[in-house]
Amino acid sequence: MDKTIKELHEMLQNGEMTSKDLIQESLKKSYEVQEKYNAFVTILDDAKETPVTNNLLSGIPFGIKDNYSTKDILSTGSSNTLKNYVPFFNATAVEKLLSAGAVPINKTVLDEFGMGGTGTTGHTGIVKNPWDSTRITAGSSAGSACAVAAGVYPYALGSDTGDSIRKPAAYCGIVGYKPTYGMISRYGLFPFASSLDHCGVLARNVQDVAIVVDTMKGLDDKDMTTWDSSTIHLYENLDGKVGGKKLCYIKELCDIENYENPTEELKRHLENFKEKLAICEKLGMEVVEVSIDKKLLSALPSVYVAISCAEATSNLSNLTGILFGSRGEGRNIMEMMMDHRTKGFSPLIKRRFVIGSYILQKENQERYLKNAQRVRRLLVDTWKNLFKTFDAVILPVGSGPAKHLDSGNDILTKNAEILEEHLQIGNFGGFPSITIPDGFINNLPVALNITGNCYDDENVLNIAYAIESAMPYKNQIAKEVSHE
Amino acid sequence: MSKYKAVIGLEMHCEFKSNSKVFSSARNSYSEIPNENISAVDMAFPGILPVVNKKCVRDALMMSMVLHCKQPEFMYFDRKNYYYPDLPKGYQITQMTEPVGIDGCIEIECNGERKKVFIHDIHLEEDTASLDHYYDTSCIDYNRAGVPLVELVTEPCLNSAEEAVTFLETMRSIYKYCDVSEADTKKGQIRCDVNISIMDWDATEYGTRVEIKNVNSFGGVRDAINYEIKRQSELKDAGRYSEVEQETRRWDEEEGKTIRMRSKVDAIDYKYFVDPNLPKFKIAKEWLEEIKKDIPLLPLERKEKYIRELGLSDYDAGIIVKERNYAEYFEECLELGIDAKTASNWLSTQILGQINEKEISLKEFYLTPTLLKQIVEEVNKGTISSKQAKEVFYKSIDEKKEPKSFITNDMTQISDKRELENIINTILEENRNQVKEYKNGKDNLFDYFVGQVMKNTRGKANPILTKDILKEKLNN
Repeated sequence: MDKTIKELHEMLQNGEMTSKDLIQESLKKSYEVQEKYNAFVTILDDAKETPVTNNLLSGIPFGIKDNYSTKDILSTGSSNTLKNYVPFFNATAVEKLLSAGAVPINKTVLDEFGMGGTGTTGHTGIVKNPWDSTRITAGSSAGSACAVAAGVYPYALGSDTGDSIRKPAAYCGIVGYKPTYGMISRYGLFPFASSLDHCGVLARNVQDVAIVVDTMKGLDDKDMTTWDSSTIHLYENLDGKVGGKKLCYIKELCDIENYENPTEELKRHLENFKEKLAICEKLGMEVVEVSIDKKLLSALPSVYVAISCAEATSNLSNLTGILFGSRGEGRNIMEMMMDHRTKGFSPLIKRRFVIGSYILQKENQERYLKNAQRVRRLLVDTWKNLFKTFDAVILPVGSGPAKHLDSGNDILTKNAEILEEHLQIGNFGGFPSITIPDGFINNLPVALNITGNCYDDENVLNIAYAIESAMPYKNQIAKEVSHE
Repeated sequence: MSKYKAVIGLEMHCEFKSNSKVFSSARNSYSEIPNENISAVDMAFPGILPVVNKKCVRDALMMSMVLHCKQPEFMYFDRKNYYYPDLPKGYQITQMTEPVGIDGCIEIECNGERKKVFIHDIHLEEDTASLDHYYDTSCIDYNRAGVPLVELVTEPCLNSAEEAVTFLETMRSIYKYCDVSEADTKKGQIRCDVNISIMDWDATEYGTRVEIKNVNSFGGVRDAINYEIKRQSELKDAGRYSEVEQETRRWDEEEGKTIRMRSKVDAIDYKYFVDPNLPKFKIAKEWLEEIKKDIPLLPLERKEKYIRELGLSDYDAGIIVKERNYAEYFEECLELGIDAKTASNWLSTQILGQINEKEISLKEFYLTPTLLKQIVEEVNKGTISSKQAKEVFYKSIDEKKEPKSFITNDMTQISDKRELENIINTILEENRNQVKEYKNGKDNLFDYFVGQVMKNTRGKANPILTKDILKEKLNN
């Protein structure tokens, strides 16, 4: 299970092992990982082998984040509101993988409905980082990141509204990719914020994410925001030829001078990043430092909060316990709905609903929602402007390795918030964005991110593929650090 | 004239026709069986997404044009957020930012007077599920959830219950003419909200506006408006106008009165925002042109045409344009060469009489214009009398056989002058007393003689010729 998709496929075709062997190994691993890190909501003991075909994914196990609707399989969104919900239809992305012969092994834990970045707010409890179980995986695709890093299977599905694929991938030392908005159908993905939600995948190398997204993507008549990507072939186009490509990084985020009293971790993280830029140049790419108004950058987190909370409060209004979910108690329907929601949602989610509701109020919309949308437009335009000159923006992910579960133990650098949140621009603009591991700090993985223009997924993946190939972090399986 | 001027604005909701629902692939069809036409989308299971039905957008745009509204450059939808058990998603997809039409107007004809009704906007949205309340349970039927609904909002420009109902009837007829809706109130396809206030005739500011929600029949609209005018007027008369509150009321059909629901102060904030799942799309000019071409000639214009070009009376024309079917039948008759007045007479009396009596639609009616022509031609030729024509008409539809098969030689009119003269001579001989009385000035006996001739010939005597001969003989 520590192999790449292609290697596994060849072994299956050669008869070195069977789909059944892989499933058994994956299930066994699942139980170990569940025991140690609590990554799963459901383990599918009855997972069945599929015939090995020419499809690279046939017969190979994978994981599904529990906010994907899976037919006849519990799908909770890691929320008490749906703790017993068994859907009768598959998400389009899942359906496509099943058609390819891929074998789902488990449903992975997320922050409740994707609304969190720690992996600690799912209704089944905290997901721990397989590199260091005292640390977070980040979220919301926490279980998926944990399981892929721990070698349960070569890939797992994630979803990404702010950085929910790309951040946990970084903290778990793997690859996380969300393609251009609308490339993969969102039908059947439990919504968080529709204008920001993306489906995507976590795997241990760029080639694997390319293979999986090639299968997941495509026009879907059930999702009007999908577009025809039939001319895009991510896997076929990975040739590593990046000579002459132009990358830029943002001074305001990458220059240590911008941070007051930076932690040692941040220093090392940025130094490491700079070293990787040198690798990019070695590969024949041009790397340019650009400057962007700090004021604009610093507006980013609040823009994200405003838009995502507003959309979330509306998107999750269907959870009333009337048609599905546990029926609430009360003397009338309104009371029953209120009881269901009061008991079902965690305080964290309720807080977001209150913010979202406040922002959507008639008298507040102009000041909060409309202004947030304007700043979103400004940010997206700024990035689009960069893409006129550059193939992609390359930036470090977060301010260092994974934080401790008890966040009181972490000393956070002041002003580092934007560094923590900048991946959200990928969601604002619907840009293709991929995170790959780029080194270690104290034996814990750190990562860099490459984000390109809409519909330019082939280019973005190819750049990531070239850089990945020039570094020794491809296909790594988590090795737990010792706390002696 | 009533003491106060009533100011009325209407919100008319009408369910539109389509194969599938406006945002889902479930069938859009009225059903008595609950939860028969439903999909995951209608029931808002987690992860569902709306997909807009192009036909519904087309029909809504057509109505926007019929109402002389401005169409937006881009089509998009908003969410109207509120919690209610009949609203599965917790929001209704509707149009707020850019309705499919704004600032329109349409003419109505009320008591022979033309009046312009101004349209604030027309927009496309989805209907909610329907609830049935029982003693200790409520049942939800999702058949209606997601049915295309077009809401039309007028400016406050109507001044009586009669005008309001006429407007609604006009719109219903237009919807049916354009074939965008069955517009059947019995199936709950039309629902209205009424906004109403009263003011002194010379006042310049509107009075306090009361909204009456969910009135489900045109009779209900009329009664609710009249009730509310009376209620508000009585309070004003008594010097207690301040008790008229800006509020929402509902119409209780059984009690025949409006009942307070909530004050405007408690109005719900629907937190509208653009639905990100339905990307905005440009409405192409070419598409609008295409839709425009499909708009049929509407009732009032058609009526004018019939009066002006065909010389029909206002009354007859009014009957024919009432439904598109009628007008089409009529026009088919004209194309077949049937004279306009003749066609109009047949249609407005015998034919409509029959379809009303048998409760069928004109489309199901056996006697097509082609078959009608067989009867009309024989009358014109003088082969059969108009009385016989009616007999043939009824026989034909009763036995579902062509009129031709009932027109026999035996029925042929007696138009031979000599033959008639002989018959008339005999009758005059047999009625000598009456002839004497007639000649002494009892003019009304003329019809008696005509009657006798008809009786004698079993109605086959040519009436004109009969009258001519009788006049000739009696007046000499």
